[in-house]
Amino acid sequence: MTTQHNDSLLRFMTCGSVDDGKSTLIGRLLYDTKTILTDTLSNIERTSSKRGMDAVDLSLLTDGLQAEREQGITIDVAYRYFSTGTRKYIIADAPGHEQYTRNMVTAASTANLAIILIDARRGVLTQTRRHSYLAHLVGLQHIVVAVNKMDLVDYDQATYEKIKADYLAFATEIGLAQARDIKFIPMSALNGDMLVDRLDNLDWYQGETLLEILEQVPAAHSDPAEQFRFPVQFVCRPHDSANPELHDFRGFMGRVESGEIAVGDAVTVLPNGYQSKVKAIQIGNDQLQSAQTEQSITLLLEDEIDTSRGDMIVKTAEVIEPVKQIEAHVCWLSETPLSPARTYVVRHTSRESKAKIGAIQYKVDVNTLEQQSTADLKMNDIARVSFKLAQPLMVDSYDKNRATGAFIVIDESTNNTVGAGMIV
Amino acid sequence: MTTKQPLSHLDWLEAEAIHILREVAGQCSNPVLLFSGGKDSLCILRLAEKAFRPGRFPFPLLHIDTGHNYLEVVNFRDQRAAELGERLIVRSVEDSIKRGTVVLKSADEPRNKHQSVTLLEAIEEFGFDCCIGGARRDEEKARAKERIMSFRDEFGQWDPKNQRPELWNLYNARVHKGENIRAFPISNWTEMDVWQYIEREKLELPSIYFAHQRDVVMRNGSIFPVNVPLSDGSLINQPKAAEEVINMQVRFRTVGDITCTAPVISDADDVSKIVIETATTTITERGATRLDDQTSEASMEQRKKEGYF
Repeated sequence: MTTQHNDSLLRFMTCGSVDDGKSTLIGRLLYDTKTILTDTLSNIERTSSKRGMDAVDLSLLTDGLQAEREQGITIDVAYRYFSTGTRKYIIADAPGHEQYTRNMVTAASTANLAIILIDARRGVLTQTRRHSYLAHLVGLQHIVVAVNKMDLVDYDQATYEKIKADYLAFATEIGLAQARDIKFIPMSALNGDMLVDRLDNLDWYQGETLLEILEQVPAAHSDPAEQFRFPVQFVCRPHDSANPELHDFRGFMGRVESGEIAVGDAVTVLPNGYQSKVKAIQIGNDQLQSAQTEQSITLLLEDEIDTSRGDMIVKTAEVIEPVKQIEAHVCWLSETPLSPARTYVVRHTSRESKAKIGAIQYKVDVNTLEQQSTADLKMNDIARVSFKLAQPLMVDSYDKNRATGAFIVIDESTNNTVGAGMIV
Repeated sequence: MTTKQPLSHLDWLEAEAIHILREVAGQCSNPVLLFSGGKDSLCILRLAEKAFRPGRFPFPLLHIDTGHNYLEVVNFRDQRAAELGERLIVRSVEDSIKRGTVVLKSADEPRNKHQSVTLLEAIEEFGFDCCIGGARRDEEKARAKERIMSFRDEFGQWDPKNQRPELWNLYNARVHKGENIRAFPISNWTEMDVWQYIEREKLELPSIYFAHQRDVVMRNGSIFPVNVPLSDGSLINQPKAAEEVINMQVRFRTVGDITCTAPVISDADDVSKIVIETATTTITERGATRLDDQTSEASMEQRKKEGYF
């Protein structure tokens, strides 16, 4: 047995409804990777037999809250974990119904890959289009189209090929096929065909199993061309310390959201435009020569610069212009509709600004992808909206940079997170 | 430009947790770190060092003492706080009992659930707007849907239907007066990740995590520790008359209230052996060891609604 010294981490999401076998797929992945331990298994065995089922229902593994069990539905995104020894996986399990667009967007926001489930008996449906559009919108680089329940169509290759062709035609139409890496796989989550084990029912399929795909997909941010973006989260000034060496210590703490940085690099602090050079890079007491995307570090600069939370450090050769107006795709998350007359708070990286709605250009029907004009936004609506900001933000387009292209909208009266934005 | 290797899973988890701790420090005006001396909170202390050194932690440490804690753990808690030079606040369920805000049905009943009352009292006393805790989503199914920044109302209640959507790494820790946030920096860690991190960082742990000889009885199919000394010298968990006391080699996978935390049979006497044992175990962490979670299918969910972690 391996002790699982995984060398990377992959976050993915599953899109589909219970009817597509989504819970069974997740249950099967957890079960076949030996993530399920005896007591959990005997729990679901008991529940399965209590509910009058013959076989163990693996979908019960993802059964959530009491409230959900009572209503027989999933109301929220759940996170599951497994690892193979080469990779640790975080699954975001999002309910698939139309009224849960906001949950799908939430789950997609932290994922690199989406598994879109299609029932082999039913083919490409409206919900498949919706899931694909949302995965595209939220910038998932890798799409795996899982044609499930192949056991119910006698493992028929022609059925699979037809669904694959239908999907590709639609994906080309919305620009998904051109922009993303799409893979197709026939499977039966119930029997375990082509998930972790190949089994022999699908011998006409020569491609990878689901787990092989997951193991080989590049981890996030493997594109070295991304520019360095470092939002300052916290400034460390331990001047009250007894240690005189620390008297002038001024560390800028944050996470490298994209790109790389090395000691000696020329940097600019935005929005003020102060310039300096990187004197040191630390994690705790460890000194680094360089740091890469997703590392949480402390940056020390050569010059004493007045910098605080919400500022952004970039390379001087890659300075961007702070903006006070943004245009974005927004998913409305709140039961209280967006009111164009109100002032909201936009949180972008570690920075906040008051924001007014400039205009709502259109909203998108997530089933037909038609653009419609609208005066307000209701929960689960997706729309193109412009904002006027009180404070300048340092943004990239979401297409180029998921970290500096994303923001949330907060309603100050309740402090709730009411919208999710992706800058155009 | 050279393309670097992606971060290893431990480096990634560490970086995410540091980011979360710094968001708490940046967004909240009066946060506190819950520290029990257990393995998860010891990981968080190391993460806080990496997040804030050479500065001091921007929050004190708080322990809610049930009065039913293993001496080894309580002593370790004090020692670790002193080594770090950080402020440790202890508030005890015993005091809540004296105040009459916790009423026990019987003197030796498990006190885990009563911690919620004492915690809420401490939150009110100090005006904390955020409590950082070591809960993980893999621990229990009621936790699988927990936010990293989880909103609690004035009564400390968790309403699963009224949680803020959490997107990207943009956390929203804003609260009105009286409300608070529970922040969970190691949400995405599993028990295995925790042990691997302890191994990599060479973290010291209370001795009861390692295999040791202990008097136990078999009660309701679980190993039950008996005659455990408390800080006042008294013994808790007296064996019942019909029970046979056995001296066994065991260790604890979780440390909590003595009356409801069961050890497992083990010869793992160092961290690397525990990592191997964790990889090969067939029982979940709480399934094996938390007697209070087995009471009902939804017991954790219920406790969380009442203000528990």
